Amino acid sequence: MFALDKKDARLLLMVAVLTMLAPFILNPFPAGSEMAQFNAGYPDLMQRFVIFGIFAIGFNILFGLTGYLSFGHAAFLGVGSYSAVWMFKLLSMNVLPAIALSVVVAGLFSVVIGFISLRRSGIYFSILTLAFAQMSFALAYSVLTPITGGETGLQLALDDPRILDVAASATGNIPVPGLFGLEMRASTNLELGPWVFTFNVGYYFSALIMLAAFYLAIRIFRSPFGMMLRAIKSNQQRLNYTGLNARPYTLAAFVISGMYAGLAGGLMAAMDPLAGAERMFWTASGEVVLMTILGGAGTLIGPVLGAGFIKYMENIISKINESILHQWFYWLPDGLEDFVVAMIYPFIGKGWHLTLGLLFMAVVIFLPGGLVEGGQRIGRMFGRKKSEEKDKPSGKTTPAE
Amino acid sequence: MGILEVKNVGKRFGGLQALGNVNLSVAENSVHAIIGPNGAGKSTLLNCLVGKLIPDTGSVMFDGQSVLGRAPHEINQMGISRVFQTPEIFGDLSVLENMMIPCFAKRDGAFEMNAITSVVSQKDVIAKAEAMLEDMNMADKRHMHAASLSRGDKRRLEIGMCLSQEPRLLLLDEPTAGMARADTNNTIDLLKQIKQDRDITIAIIEHDMHVVFSLAERITVLAQGTPLVEDSPENIKGHPKVREAYLGETAH
Ligand SMILES: Nc1ncnc2c1ncn2[C@@H]1O[C@H](COP(=O)(O)OP(=O)(O)OP(=O)(O)O)[C@@H](O)[C@H]1O
Ligand SMILES: [Mg+2]
Repeated sequence: MFALDKKDARLLLMVAVLTMLAPFILNPFPAGSEMAQFNAGYPDLMQRFVIFGIFAIGFNILFGLTGYLSFGHAAFLGVGSYSAVWMFKLLSMNVLPAIALSVVVAGLFSVVIGFISLRRSGIYFSILTLAFAQMSFALAYSVLTPITGGETGLQLALDDPRILDVAASATGNIPVPGLFGLEMRASTNLELGPWVFTFNVGYYFSALIMLAAFYLAIRIFRSPFGMMLRAIKSNQQRLNYTGLNARPYTLAAFVISGMYAGLAGGLMAAMDPLAGAERMFWTASGEVVLMTILGGAGTLIGPVLGAGFIKYMENIISKINESILHQWFYWLPDGLEDFVVAMIYPFIGKGWHLTLGLLFMAVVIFLPGGLVEGGQRIGRMFGRKKSEEKDKPSGKTTPAE
Repeated sequence: MGILEVKNVGKRFGGLQALGNVNLSVAENSVHAIIGPNGAGKSTLLNCLVGKLIPDTGSVMFDGQSVLGRAPHEINQMGISRVFQTPEIFGDLSVLENMMIPCFAKRDGAFEMNAITSVVSQKDVIAKAEAMLEDMNMADKRHMHAASLSRGDKRRLEIGMCLSQEPRLLLLDEPTAGMARADTNNTIDLLKQIKQDRDITIAIIEHDMHVVFSLAERITVLAQGTPLVEDSPENIKGHPKVREAYLGETAH
């Protein structure tokens, strides 16, 4: 199917089914129940799952395959967002040209940054990409204010030209991004007894794009080009003395991953048409590194898992507060209840960073292959005899420095 | 004129003159050995040939063209392949993938944006790589992780990888170092076979005199960065200067 081998086709199909059914899968608890706060099936979060999935899939093409650790990929995400918002301001509220421009502009940016940064490898490469991204952030915040909106960010306005579209909607408001009349923010609810499931246009649009991006990544992984990228990570010296020029290979991987980041940035703007410099801040670059390593660098599905995991923690764990904990443990004797709540409290709410940090450390130390390796181990424990690791390239090797 | 002409090559590392004034001519389709004590500058000389180091003085011509100022991959594409003193292979890749990479390099050149076709559809490259593994007696190990091979197999794989590029000049830096006697003899047979089967020039650096005298048609003795003598194996064996400078130290 789609020129993929059986295993890859099955993986793609599985991801497709999961994303299409996500509104059900992520909302297992009845609305209004005590557990409903663990429901992740609301449009905003589901959109973030797939958009950051795209970001991480692209990042993994660079980091997972070549081992070059970029610490500046958020710059491309930000550039993508700005490009899309400008398209909304100048051309029309259709998301397609906006996203196309995001990808192109991020691609051009990554050619320049990649060309310079790839003159070095290892930590120097990482520092160069970080420097570029922080420079972009600082410029976006200050001197580039006419283009980026500076501190307030870039927003739509009623007097934008929008030459192919209306400046204001019929009700006199700023129009919203859409696809030939289908508004991205439009949702329908399905109520089944106490359960409520939400189907959102923006989510399904982003999810389809993520599936395409995932499919492309599989093709790249299985191509001669992908094999060369893995060879670069394995032994660049041997590659050079085998008559191959590593530079254009790494640059191509860098630009492809930059374009993925731009696509993610464009989609973010398509879901919510504004862009701010903080999207380029170094913590955002670090986040995609965490996602990729947590999920399993160099594996196909790992980055998507990592992205979903981190976004879930960020949005769900962070919402648990002290009174919710007390509700959960009310059945304990008073003193013990307070003690248990006090023990758990540092790890929830704003403390989710602590939980994530500990989890990340545990994964790096005990599961160098990330969540994917964890899944494989559990799979093996239950006797599913699958020779997965043979075909999953470097799925069980340590993510490179 | 040999296929490789090294003229007046000198290389300094800080205060150390690693290569003094090296002249070397390797005849086409011959096996030329370079011997000399540790630190004589043998590996440094090879590094100057393949673009890893740039000599301070002199010229290096391969088939009438200068190699100096070219990147390693360009020199390789001219037809020079090198086996390193410690095996350099793609440890994270399978043995078959290791063998496919030089086949791609031979077919597609230094860069090819082959990102959408699948590796398994590249039948010609796979066939060539598998044939070479067969030649190297490693076909049964094709799906192994290259890093988990024994040292002898890694060396065989590396030699095979170099051969799949069909080089005109093969440079070997101590191919039997650290090998057991049996492995060493296998390597000698392999190299003899290679020489018999194709038009290839081999330059070999070696400490093991058994290997040198089994293979070499011409021997250059290097000591302290300068060639001492260059002669046929028979004459080298009896040469007093050589016995003193080199063979004397390692005579068993
Ligand atoms: N990159 C370098 N920087 C500084 N000194 C070096 C470098 N490479 C080699 N040398 C020195 O140059 C001299 C020649 O080294 P080389 O490796 O060429 O010797 P060799 O003949 O290959 O020895 P061996 O038989 O031990 O491999 C040695 O003294 C070595 O320490
Ligand atoms: Mg040496």
